[in-house]
Amino acid sequence: MGYMYIDDMKVEFENEKNILEVTRRIGIELPTLCYYSELSTYGACRMCMVENEKGGFEAACSTLPRDGMRIKTNTPALIKHRRMILELLLAAHCRDCTTCDKSGACRLQELALRYGVKRVRFADHREEKPLDTSSKSIVRDPNKCILCGDCVRVCREKQGMGILDFAYRGSKMRVMPAFDRKLAETDCVNCGQCAAVCPTGAITVKDETDEMWKYLNDPKKMVVVQVAPAVRVALGEQFGLPEGANVMGKIVKALKMMGVDKVFDTVVSADMTVVEEAGEFLERVATGGPFPMFTSCCPAWIKYAETKHPEFINKNISSCKSPLQMFGAVIDELYGNDPERELISVAVMPCTAKKYEVSRSEFTKADGKRIVELSLTTQELANMIKNAGIDFANLEEEFLDAPFDMGGSGAGVIFGVTGGVAEAVIRECAKDKTNAYVKEMRDVGVRGKESMKEAVINVDGRDIHIAVVHGLKAAEDLIQKMERGEAYYDIVEVMACPEGCIGGAGQPFALNPRRDKRAKALYRTDNDMSMKFSSKHPETIYAFDEIVKGRNHEMLHVHYNKNEK
Amino acid sequence: MEFDLKKIDAIIDSCGCEAKNLITVLQGVQAELRYLPTEVMEYIAEKMDISVAKVFSVATFYENFSLNAKGQYVIKICDGTACHVRKSIPILTKVREILGLSEDKPTTDDMMFTVETVSCLGACGLAPVMTVNDKVFPSMTPEKAETLINDIKEGKEVC
Ligand code: SF4
Ligand code: SF4
Ligand code: FES
Repeated sequence: MGYMYIDDMKVEFENEKNILEVTRRIGIELPTLCYYSELSTYGACRMCMVENEKGGFEAACSTLPRDGMRIKTNTPALIKHRRMILELLLAAHCRDCTTCDKSGACRLQELALRYGVKRVRFADHREEKPLDTSSKSIVRDPNKCILCGDCVRVCREKQGMGILDFAYRGSKMRVMPAFDRKLAETDCVNCGQCAAVCPTGAITVKDETDEMWKYLNDPKKMVVVQVAPAVRVALGEQFGLPEGANVMGKIVKALKMMGVDKVFDTVVSADMTVVEEAGEFLERVATGGPFPMFTSCCPAWIKYAETKHPEFINKNISSCKSPLQMFGAVIDELYGNDPERELISVAVMPCTAKKYEVSRSEFTKADGKRIVELSLTTQELANMIKNAGIDFANLEEEFLDAPFDMGGSGAGVIFGVTGGVAEAVIRECAKDKTNAYVKEMRDVGVRGKESMKEAVINVDGRDIHIAVVHGLKAAEDLIQKMERGEAYYDIVEVMACPEGCIGGAGQPFALNPRRDKRAKALYRTDNDMSMKFSSKHPETIYAFDEIVKGRNHEMLHVHYNKNEK
Repeated sequence: MEFDLKKIDAIIDSCGCEAKNLITVLQGVQAELRYLPTEVMEYIAEKMDISVAKVFSVATFYENFSLNAKGQYVIKICDGTACHVRKSIPILTKVREILGLSEDKPTTDDMMFTVETVSCLGACGLAPVMTVNDKVFPSMTPEKAETLINDIKEGKEVC
């Protein structure tokens, strides 16, 4: 607590952990390349420098505010300093901006523009390195790395993976996986969070929009698209719509304009997942386990468990397919046998790991064809809408296609946010199917942005212990706690991304408060929907009675193969 | 290649398994094997619960760690300022020539010799200096170096 002077303005500070947070609070956006409020402070880029009374520089991200402190944020000396850093960074950077995947969203480019860097006087002497395109989800271009270490820290601190790190030193320093291996040869779980935080084009999400355009323009193909819950509350941001706005109707319209034959809502299959997972859970309760039952919707978590906790595979982890794959099976059943037009099933997801999931052997038919051919990200869809020149913000809304034109229940909608799957499953387990119970569940502690939450709720006379985690580091901490016997849970929901899929790496990049707005929007949608119970929804009933017809095991559950890479 | 993992275990046990001891462990392994093999670094990462990328990061940061197998005799020829002006480069050229080595190929195929340069051994008064393993040879000339290598080969000189 105290007062400081920022550009001669008297400013009160409270518990801000650095000057940067204070300046941001009063509306001054200091430039940063290596600072994320949610990660540890690194202090390497030196862009955030401020000038103190004596004319000395201090890094705002790593300096505590002090009472009586006087700083300036924008002096000629600072501007010169920032320009110089940018010039040096650009000198050691591939400068093919117009052909870079990150163009328009690159922070280096943005800052160079903001500070008016007009020339680069130094030649790039670095040896050119090949791209790493081995991963199904992300592409690494070492030539565009500015050594900010953001990816290194997110992978280590949030996912506990530490796939990427610095190697060598001085002018030879690079960021790379151990032994400069390709990403596909590491334990990388494809969560894409490193790409989400990368300020430049050094790590980007794999772009598969060209394939999609090919399918859309091939009259012999029938393109059926499903759209995940988290997509609708993030896509609008790319077109100047309010943060958190639910734009599902516009998405349907845009997809139709691009030539998609049928559009469905993954919420419908999330409802099916709820029913199956609740059934599985109740069966475990009846037969005595195994507990905890882990959720299975997040492919990054599945891959993590495969390498770090194989003991949970095909055992503690629910055998339910992800909603994406459940809908994949349903869509295949409905349209997969048309002799005239080959079905191309496509998903639009907040997720980069789904690109990997759709390629897994369990989700591929005997002839090698994938059940779901492509999984595009929210961002890829936004790019396609821009490619097509569609005025998204002013589009009319359009309805989903039959037989799933209602788009599922509120329980399926909240799958997109941390705690949502656990809440939906427990909601389904309880015999009490009244809105009063829904309300009670809402406040029991599964909602909220903390990376680890626990709750106990009484379901028909039995106390159910629930844990909800996001980030694989939090998941590992929880598993360790259980192994030490310090905690017991019946059901554990794991999502790899910050606050669940709304913070997926396929979404337009968002920290808080933007992410919270997405979460609120999903809960609001659930709240506004009259149908809150998955199994009571007519579409769920239709899907089970008319399409699945008792083949639940074969269509909706999965046994993971060993040694899947 | 097979390594005696028990030896690695012993090194880790003696240094302590906490992440902060990584450098000491790597030094111990390097002293034992004369380099840090990939498999051993992976093993250390798993045992000490550090990511492989971090172990690789530390191992590549410090000049003293070698990721490649070295010969039984590591010859270091000093090319610090003092040695350089007193003609250390002709010694280096000669030694490489005798052993059929170059900058890109520092170790002989029979794993007998590795030739490296160092920037100052801190013995400038003895320039030009050369070391074989940890033994110091002062005031070298290309001819003396040749004799020394022959002596080592014939077992007359043990370092
Ligand atoms: S995709 Fe995830 S696990 Fe893989 S390197 Fe990036 S942050 Fe780490
Ligand atoms: S949390 Fe959601 S978006 Fe992130 S990897 Fe898992 S499924 Fe994908
Ligand atoms: S943001 Fe402060 S040094 Fe990079």
